[in-house]
Amino acid sequence: MNYKLASSPHQHIRRDTGQLMRLVIYALIPGLFLQTWFFGFGTIVQVLIAVITAVVTEASILELRKRDFEKALKDYSAVLTAVLLAISIPPFAPWWIIVIGTFFAIAIVKQLYGGLGFNVFNPAMAAYVMLLVSFPVQMTQWLPPLHLAEYGHGLMDAVYAVFTGYSVEGFSLAQLRTGVDAYTMATPLDAIRTGLAQGLTYSEGLENTIFDSFTTAISVSWFWVNCGYLLGGLYLIKRKVINWHIPSSMIAGLFLCSLVMFLVDPDQFASPLFHVFSGSIILGAFFIATDPVSASTTNKGRIIFGLCIGIWVYLIRTWGGYPDAIAFAVLIMNMAVPLIDYYTRPRTYGHR
Amino acid sequence: MQTDFEQVIDKLQSKQQWDFPGGVFPAQQKELSNQTQILTLPLAQRFFVPVKQHIGVEGHVIVVAGDKVLKGQALSKSMNDFAVPVHAPTSGTVIGVGPHESAHPSGLPELTVEIEPDGEDKWHELSPLQDYQNQSKMTVLAAICDAGISGMGGAGFPTHIKAAPKKEVEFLIINGVECEPYITSDDRLMREHAWQIRQGIDVLTHLLSPKKILIAIEDNKPEAIEAMQVACHENPQYMVCAIPTKYPAGGEKQLIQVLTNREVPKQGLPGDVGVIMHNVGTCYAIADAVFSGKPLTQRVVTVSGHAVNKPGNVWALVGTPIEHLLTHAEYQGAKQPQPKVIMGGPMMGFTVTSNQVPVVKITNCLLLPTANEVADTDNEQACIRCGMCADACPASLLPQQLFWHSKAKELEKAQEYNLFDCIECGACAYVCPSEIPLVHYYRIAKAEIRIEQDEKQKADKARERFESRSARLVKEQEARDEKHRKAAEARKQAMESNGNGAKDKIAAALARAKAKKRQANESVDNQDPPIGSIAQQPSTTAADPSANTSSNERVAAAIARAKAKRAAQTQAQAKATGDAGSSDEHGTEIESAANESTTQPVDDTPIQASENPVVAGPIKTNEKRANEKLEPVSENALTTGTAKPLPVALAESLSVEPAIAVEAEQKPPITELKVTKPRVTKARVSKVITTEEKVSPASSGESLTDKQIDDASKKVKVTAAVAKAKAKRAALQKAKAEDETVDVPLTENKEEQQLDAKKRRIATAVAKAKAKKAAQTANTNNKDES
Repeated sequence: MNYKLASSPHQHIRRDTGQLMRLVIYALIPGLFLQTWFFGFGTIVQVLIAVITAVVTEASILELRKRDFEKALKDYSAVLTAVLLAISIPPFAPWWIIVIGTFFAIAIVKQLYGGLGFNVFNPAMAAYVMLLVSFPVQMTQWLPPLHLAEYGHGLMDAVYAVFTGYSVEGFSLAQLRTGVDAYTMATPLDAIRTGLAQGLTYSEGLENTIFDSFTTAISVSWFWVNCGYLLGGLYLIKRKVINWHIPSSMIAGLFLCSLVMFLVDPDQFASPLFHVFSGSIILGAFFIATDPVSASTTNKGRIIFGLCIGIWVYLIRTWGGYPDAIAFAVLIMNMAVPLIDYYTRPRTYGHR
Repeated sequence: MQTDFEQVIDKLQSKQQWDFPGGVFPAQQKELSNQTQILTLPLAQRFFVPVKQHIGVEGHVIVVAGDKVLKGQALSKSMNDFAVPVHAPTSGTVIGVGPHESAHPSGLPELTVEIEPDGEDKWHELSPLQDYQNQSKMTVLAAICDAGISGMGGAGFPTHIKAAPKKEVEFLIINGVECEPYITSDDRLMREHAWQIRQGIDVLTHLLSPKKILIAIEDNKPEAIEAMQVACHENPQYMVCAIPTKYPAGGEKQLIQVLTNREVPKQGLPGDVGVIMHNVGTCYAIADAVFSGKPLTQRVVTVSGHAVNKPGNVWALVGTPIEHLLTHAEYQGAKQPQPKVIMGGPMMGFTVTSNQVPVVKITNCLLLPTANEVADTDNEQACIRCGMCADACPASLLPQQLFWHSKAKELEKAQEYNLFDCIECGACAYVCPSEIPLVHYYRIAKAEIRIEQDEKQKADKARERFESRSARLVKEQEARDEKHRKAAEARKQAMESNGNGAKDKIAAALARAKAKKRQANESVDNQDPPIGSIAQQPSTTAADPSANTSSNERVAAAIARAKAKRAAQTQAQAKATGDAGSSDEHGTEIESAANESTTQPVDDTPIQASENPVVAGPIKTNEKRANEKLEPVSENALTTGTAKPLPVALAESLSVEPAIAVEAEQKPPITELKVTKPRVTKARVSKVITTEEKVSPASSGESLTDKQIDDASKKVKVTAAVAKAKAKRAALQKAKAEDETVDVPLTENKEEQQLDAKKRRIATAVAKAKAKKAAQTANTNNKDES
């Protein structure tokens, strides 16, 4: 009798990498939906372009590496990277931005390091930083919320804008970015930053924005988008796809830093709540910093990793050259992961 | 640091426990098999009882093919603390004792007793232990050992060892957790035989005298918990603890952590933290052994999985081929893509190699899963460093790091990450989204490390041996040089004190010549058995005055020696050729050789050593030398424990005083015994080194020849020879006992081999005789002068 031999354990939880990645993608849906709701279909178009680019890139590189690409594509890791990058860039950024970015993320940051599991840096964030540094103009042209825009735009407008720079009706990107009151769109972080730079105190700047219904509206829109991502993130924690350590410690790090500085000088520094709920902190905390491959793997290490990202975000936001800093902070901490892992080994049973 | 007793009790009494890190929650699947009673199966056609079913050493098989055995009759005998016997599972005939597929992942054949049942299932005479509480603990432990009980939870550690602790026991934990999915054998056993388990616990309590007995059962077995509570309720010392269901809560270390918040130190034992753990099945078997005298011949086995129509628990006789169990559970091979039988649970069990593999004492489950239940995981993907394995690890290891290092064969790194603290529970591989068979990698790494360590140990030992041998050779050379120097000095002194006459000078010259020759033939001296050399001395000296006549005798004696040697050599060669014949045979051979050599020269050697008072001087020198020479030998004779250096005894018997003659009659056998024993032993030990081996018995035979020449009378000689032969035989029988210090004879032997025995001997004898004559004359002169 020829019995099949196998090594224990014979039972498996039946949750493979592809499933995990898909769950993360599903968890992005509420946020993605709200982002589309507030800012138009641009993001969806970007996501589609990014996914196609990512799959093609991954498949060709695996083919070059003589690996089984069909099997590798089923792990959905490339798709997730593409979605995260597409969400992070301005909705109407030209198509080649996202194509270059995605190619860079998959080919350079991931595959050149050895493929899934071997990349040192978070592919989406590395690509984002590359794009931001290389194409600062295209990467900062954010749109106002739809209901405040001078000229509304639909799905086809988005497609046209992304590929040609003009909407179906021929409005340029600059026109599309113009708000009802002819204000140019700026994110709240930008607004506060500008205000502080102009010599206003934080509260004055804030008052400014409060009086400025436009900025407030943008703020509110982004708040809701963030809530969408928060929902997805909590779902991931509940499904045990990610651990609570990184998101909570990252938010705590940012919160504590801003709290201290805010207490020291409320005039000069923004409030902790403002920091936490503006920009892409929530998306970063739950979806980006938690990328398993490039994050720390021990629980203690994860807390240190998250805390440090939070601190870096605050430092760069406050004193650095960029209004938001998730990508930079994540990349910096990616580099520190081996060190963190080495020094945060848990105490093995029976070892004192 | 360690949670103290009171704290533990307080916490447990408030129905709380601690927790262990990690753990997983696989689907239980227990209801598949725990709904029905434990069934008894009809006898199988054949039984295959492996001789070793536990951790430790296998017993000595005491049956041969054709023997009739009764149920419960021991098939093997425990020769060692770590050996437990196995017993016939039913009455019948032993068909054979030989290799058979083992209940091991490798399936490699191991020594197995095959029994054909006669169908009567007739018990061997049972001897229950009456009133065990008034018996000595040793008696109870012996009963447990003789019943062949080893841990039935999975590891198979001999129970009698675990029941005889070296440290104070605070907690006796009875493990009824059974955390693996599918398995329900302990569950059913507790439900149906709680009282007998309780009795077994009583016995263990008597043996271990713990402060508290904790019976731990997972909370997914409410019926078992209740049954045990009922069985144990009247004794306040006993506490049934329901612990949360989480795999692997039933692991020894994890259960100790859950119940007592203590951790077994690395490379330590539960006893180090005041805990001893036994499985419920073991308790049941102990009760069987003590109260009804029944050895362990059966156990409960769960047969489960969706590929059998009738899952459930059965009483399986140890040695039953699993095919028998599968047939009775109505195994549906068609439901499996490829036949696959897991022995043990789905997390830690192993796949068996064929359906003829027997049920053994640690077999708790046979799992026959369909493809839906247990997928073949050859779908390994890249590790994404998600860290789920680390979250699941109950030992707080970093499985992912272990995996990297194991895969890359960085074994030292893997050990740095505490590879050997992995209990192979499989939780990491269970949760791994990339379906990496992590445990498999660890097993390979562990095996490689063990092999490496073994090899290193071997190399170390070889180096050590080489070094100590070199050191020893140097030392010996030094000792020899020293000896010769001393001897030369002694002779010089003797000569100086012996006066200045011309004759003296001649004598001195002769002595010098002799000394030179001796030095040249240093090897001869060395190899010469001390007795022989002493014995030779007087005989040759005595023979010398009538040199012409006695030269013939000397030749005859030499021939006799050579003969004896040859006889001994042939015998040694026979031994060397690797016959493992009984020691008796050798004994008789040697005896005959010895006899031959003793009797022959006796006829034509009428000279008596004791008649030569003149020899005293030279003898003394010789005696001294012999003493030195023999020292290492007598050291070797550790087993005999000689208090008095042999040569002294002999020299006494040889010296002038007539009274000694009587002593000589009695002494030789004793001394001879002392001498021959180590020598023969050495011969035995040196079996491996065939070239060197030949000489030892030879020289001993020779010594006999020489020895007898100087004996006072024939009678004495014959008696002595007989006694010697007897002693030799006795020694040969003992010879198996190891005596590793073969060193001295070996080196001597080597040297000796290079020379022609006959020639050398004659030459030595002549030289000696001459020297002695010279010395003698010198002596006489001296006396005359004085």
